[in-house]
Amino acid sequence: MREALPPKERTKIPRQEMPERDACERAHDFGEVNLGFNAALAEHESQRCLTCVDPKCTRGCPVGVKVREVVELVLAGEYLKAGAKLREDNVLPAVTGRVCPQETQCEGACVLGKRFAPVAIGHIERFVADYERAAGAAGLPERAPATGKKVAIVGSGPAGLSCAGDLILRGHEVTVFEALHELGGVLVYGIPEFRLPKEIVRNEIDNMRRMGVNFETNVVIGKTITIDELLTEEGCQAVFVATGAGLPKFLNLPGEHLGGVYSANEFLTRVNLMRAYDAEHYDSPIYDCRNRSVAVIGGGNTAMDAVRSAVRLGAAQAMIVYRRGEQELPARQEEVHHAKSEGVQFLTLHNPLEFLGDDRGMLTGMRLQKMELGEPDESGRRRPAPIVGSEFVLPIDVAVVAVGSAANPLVQSTTPDLATNPWGYIVADPYSFRTSKQGVFAGGDIVSGAATVILAMGSGRKAAASIHEYLTTNAW
Amino acid sequence: MSMYPIVEARFLAPDVKWLAIEAPRIARKHQAGQFVIVRAHEHGERIPLTIAHASAKNGTVAIIVQGVGKTTKLINTLEAGDSLVDIVGPLGKPTEIENYGVVAVIGGGVGAAIAYPSAVALRQAGNAVLSIVGARTKQLVILENEMRAATSELFVMTDDGSYGEQGFVTHKLQQLIDERRIDRVLAIGPTTMMQAVAELTRPHGIPTIVSLNPIMVDGTGMCGGCRVLVGGENRFACVDGPEFDAHAVDFRSLIQRNRVYRQREQAALDKFHETHTCRLFTTPGSQ
Repeated sequence: MREALPPKERTKIPRQEMPERDACERAHDFGEVNLGFNAALAEHESQRCLTCVDPKCTRGCPVGVKVREVVELVLAGEYLKAGAKLREDNVLPAVTGRVCPQETQCEGACVLGKRFAPVAIGHIERFVADYERAAGAAGLPERAPATGKKVAIVGSGPAGLSCAGDLILRGHEVTVFEALHELGGVLVYGIPEFRLPKEIVRNEIDNMRRMGVNFETNVVIGKTITIDELLTEEGCQAVFVATGAGLPKFLNLPGEHLGGVYSANEFLTRVNLMRAYDAEHYDSPIYDCRNRSVAVIGGGNTAMDAVRSAVRLGAAQAMIVYRRGEQELPARQEEVHHAKSEGVQFLTLHNPLEFLGDDRGMLTGMRLQKMELGEPDESGRRRPAPIVGSEFVLPIDVAVVAVGSAANPLVQSTTPDLATNPWGYIVADPYSFRTSKQGVFAGGDIVSGAATVILAMGSGRKAAASIHEYLTTNAW
Repeated sequence: MSMYPIVEARFLAPDVKWLAIEAPRIARKHQAGQFVIVRAHEHGERIPLTIAHASAKNGTVAIIVQGVGKTTKLINTLEAGDSLVDIVGPLGKPTEIENYGVVAVIGGGVGAAIAYPSAVALRQAGNAVLSIVGARTKQLVILENEMRAATSELFVMTDDGSYGEQGFVTHKLQQLIDERRIDRVLAIGPTTMMQAVAELTRPHGIPTIVSLNPIMVDGTGMCGGCRVLVGGENRFACVDGPEFDAHAVDFRSLIQRNRVYRQREQAALDKFHETHTCRLFTTPGSQ
């Protein structure tokens, strides 16, 4: 246990860096890149916290983690209690400690950040969660007495899990339905092993099972069971729809049907969920990237996940093709930095026009146009404009289209009284998360469009509070 | 972990196996034309298979598996009492069933059997159903009695003339079109067969539906691997299909996309043969 330092002393401590594996080594396997803080680093970093009376970090967190209290428990060496404190607000601390964009949330709000570097809250969170996992003793919060009410959660991604975690604590019976054979949604099919080991997701889900949550895989709500059946035959008083964004967007360019052109969802699903990188032991194939050129189109976190996966699959060249400039890349800086240090090339200000193939229908290249930045557009980013006469052909063997996703229609198509917007997303009240159908709530990407893990978790939490209120009052 | 017991397993023809699986929720919901995705073991791939029969009463769904690659050959070694690790469904949109008048239901190879639920449903809706069943050889003609019972007239075609009439299903279809009015065609089978049927009916303007079988991973719209060009637009066979207007489908790109993993599939199959002794049949499939 450390003595609390005077504030002036605290600001003198530099922010502790996350230890990571050497880029040359890690680029050849799917092992985790970041190694995590040890206890000394975590305590050292926690000492930097000014323990504000009105912690801005908590308000910056979509699920409202009581950061100051967690940090104080870490300083006291009470790591398991720190874990239990985290879990009061966040059912997936080992996950969010790894994948949250802290720089725009808790750490972005940290007052230290105004003059110095913010407290590395994410790294501390990860330390606490990893500590309790290693100890095999996650500190689970208390559960309220059983209410006899039953809730179905559709989708086991971040929104569904966080909603389930809160509802189970309030004493309700909760069943989470998952369409795939493995639980976790985007955490297992989307985010790669080197950024979020699947073992960690499994462990968090096991913790939820210990809290009493039921899980059912291989059930497609809308097909195997309808929403109406959940509310009648299955005896649920409320349903939370958290099916995620789902459908991948394509560029609709000529040649997009060639063999070797993937959506990021498919590429990542094959690599992550189906373990295609371990062809020796798993049966799902992926187009051979070894010694090939792989181009990923897009500049977001998903694009970075895909291109870094391609590096690890043995690509001779792994490239990001992005039509705006480097400043405009929507991915987290940490991801861009990691990608670059692993040898990823960035073709920014390049726009694909066409995919080219051979007579067998296999991809051979991509026609690109160079772009320049003009005036800012409605998104505030400078609008890219084509440079006339700059077209050229880039020879590539594999292309991954990572330009976002659209609404998955499965639940909506068999629930006609569930209102959707013109893009197919479910319409839900921004505060109550109620849909047009009594007893049915919706949140996460299927309402907001594609966002982040933690925003989905935030909406899952708020929806849980609203569902609890409905179950308590019975007033719609 | 959930396991799904196989309650019945029998070969219908060499390398073609009928498997009934305990899956009460899927059985209750199944409509003709829908499919399931199955996984044989913990390290296995997800493969889509059309539901050939469903019994809500027994809580089972049946699939017909033709052993052509590692996964299908492995599944065909399973017997009653064994289990699949995963089965999910029913996926896809059901066959559109109305009273169209005279409907020709064409099944090639295993397609003959998986067209069966649609043939039954079309007949129940008041259609006169003409069935054309095609196979390479007599041995591979499956569920003939069931199809005969479900249809007004059944025509069997074999490539080698060992049973029924010699020739392709398209020969018979051409003959029927020349002889009488056909209001609608439903064709299920190898992609090249479905393409040939589409080309045959196109000049006659006969509405023709095909059940496509592209490469698929999740089956819920998430991966986009099953995208096909239909009328120049991207459609996902898993959620928008699997049945589409045959005259709008770009069969060329579908056929090419289905070959993408051919080398990998062959390597996996070779390795499988090295390590497994097939229990019953080793003749290659008919596709």
